[in-house]
This record gives sequence, structure tokens and C-alpha cells, in this order.
Amino acid sequence: MLVATATAALWIRSLFAVTMLFSIYSLLAASLFITLDAVDVAFTEAAVGAGISTVLVLTTLARTGYRQRLRAQSVALPMTVVIVTGAVLIWGTADMPRFGDPLAPVHQHVAPRYIEDSPHEIGMPNMVTSILASYRGFDTLGETAVIFTAGVGVLALLGIRRRAPTRAQSPEDASRPSESESEHG
Amino acid sequence: MDKDEIIGVIAKLLFPFILLFALYVQFHGDFGPGGGFQAGVIFAAGIILYALAVGLEHAMALVPPALLRPLMAIGVLIYGGVGLLGMLRGGHYLNYSVLAHDPLHGQHYGILFVELGVGITVASVMLMIFYAFMARLD
Repeated sequence: MLVATATAALWIRSLFAVTMLFSIYSLLAASLFITLDAVDVAFTEAAVGAGISTVLVLTTLARTGYRQRLRAQSVALPMTVVIVTGAVLIWGTADMPRFGDPLAPVHQHVAPRYIEDSPHEIGMPNMVTSILASYRGFDTLGETAVIFTAGVGVLALLGIRRRAPTRAQSPEDASRPSESESEHG
Repeated sequence: MDKDEIIGVIAKLLFPFILLFALYVQFHGDFGPGGGFQAGVIFAAGIILYALAVGLEHAMALVPPALLRPLMAIGVLIYGGVGLLGMLRGGHYLNYSVLAHDPLHGQHYGILFVELGVGITVASVMLMIFYAFMARLD
């Protein structure tokens, strides 16, 4: 289903439909994460991927228009790059340990220490939270700073020129004050 | 944006529960799935739903951008402040065990406040980005 949604998103030219397909794609990915028992990741994927990013893309589309412009360039070069990269990635999975294999390297490194020690070191039932917030506290601090930086960047680029209380004072609204009055009334 | 009455009513019905669920995810994140990031995103999504269904100016009156701007930084500062507090009490930066007499309680408080900081930053940044995008529309 994931593949079908992604392929459809490639073929359809209406950007509005593509946005919706990507939203569905995120929701499907979220359910995939749930079947993999990664509930925290599924949460994030459903809220960010299917929810907020869809809304943001839609607001962008409302500004830019819904139709994709046809490009005259040949698709041969991008197609080759994508196919080669995909083939290398699939070839790489042949070396990966079987899914759920307890002897896989990822289960041999730090995971056993977390699983054995976190109940009496942190004492939290949700081990994901204790790893993210305590053992990997610096990483999460960095992530929070990244999000903050993203917000500052968007504000610096777009900005919010009119705030809700001062709406009527801004030059654009001052020319048509009766409109904003009637909305509240 | 034309407003549909049915959508408005349903959104108003759902809105408090979404915010309540976000708070639950925030403060229950150490026991169940979730945490600051997820809670912040869900909180922001709730407000965004309200803004889309009821109207942007109402949402901006409810959560004004002037309030969100300092909150973006306050979240990060709470996170860093908890780390500094651990240093003041004689531990390493971001070591929560020294925050209370019992190391387990210290970890608990530390994670609670750190997640709160993450939640505040994520929710306000997401809403700010949404407001900035919407402000470009009209």
C-alpha cells in the first residue's frame, strides 16, 4: 500500500491530490511503525507527517497554485540516479540481519545495558523516554535547539507582520475596517 | 476561507479533547508512549484545527503570536536550566540524579521538566510556523 500511494503521488499532476496522498502515506507509515511496536515514532509520524506538514503544504499551495508545470527536460539522468541508489540500498539490505534477530549487532551494543539498568537507574516504565531524556539528554537538547532555530528561521524569512490585537491598526486592514468588525459581530 | 458550520461545531467539540490528550501525552510520557515532542505537536495540531475550522483571528486571539514568541525560547531555556541546576547541585550538566535526595526521584523530576521544555518549544514553534504561513495568505 505504501508503494502504491508513493507511485500514485509520482503520476498525479494535481499538487492538491499529491499532498493528500502524502498525508495518507504518512498515516500508513505510522501504522507500519505500530506493527513494529514503535508507538512513540508512530505518534510523531501521525501528528507531524499526516497532520501538521499536510496543513503547511496546503497553505503553501493556496499561495502558489495547484497545478504542476510540465518540465521540458529529460528525466533520464534523475531516473538513473534514483534507480542506482535504490538498487544499492536494496543490495545493502541483503547483508542486514533478519528482522527481530536477537543476535543482531544493534541488540548487542548498548541496548542490553539500557534494558537491564534503566529500571533501577531511572525507574521509568517507558524506556524510550528515559533513554531520550536522560541517557541521551544532550541529543534531545540539541534537537530542541534545532526546532527553536527552525522557528526563528521561518519567522526571520516570513515574519508575522500583523498581530491579532493590533490587526485594525495595520495599513491593509485600516482601509477596510467594516469587514473585520462584521466578522466578530 | 469559507467556514462550514458542521465542521466548526465538530472542531469545537473535538478541540478541548485534543488539548487534554496533548497534556496527557505530555505528563504521562514517562509511563506510556509519548513525551514532550509528541505532546507539543498534538497541542499545536489542536490549535491549528481550531484556526482552520473557526477562523485564524479567533485562534490568534486565543494563543497570540506575541505570547508564543517568548515561549519558543522559554522551552529551550527550561531544558538548559534543568541541566544547569544539576551542575549547581554538584553533578554533571544534565545529570538529573542530584536534583532530589533520591536519585530516582531526581531523574523523575529532571525528565518531567525537560520534557515540559521540549513540549513548550515544539508547540509554540509549530504554531508560529503555521501562523507565519497563514499570515502570508491574506
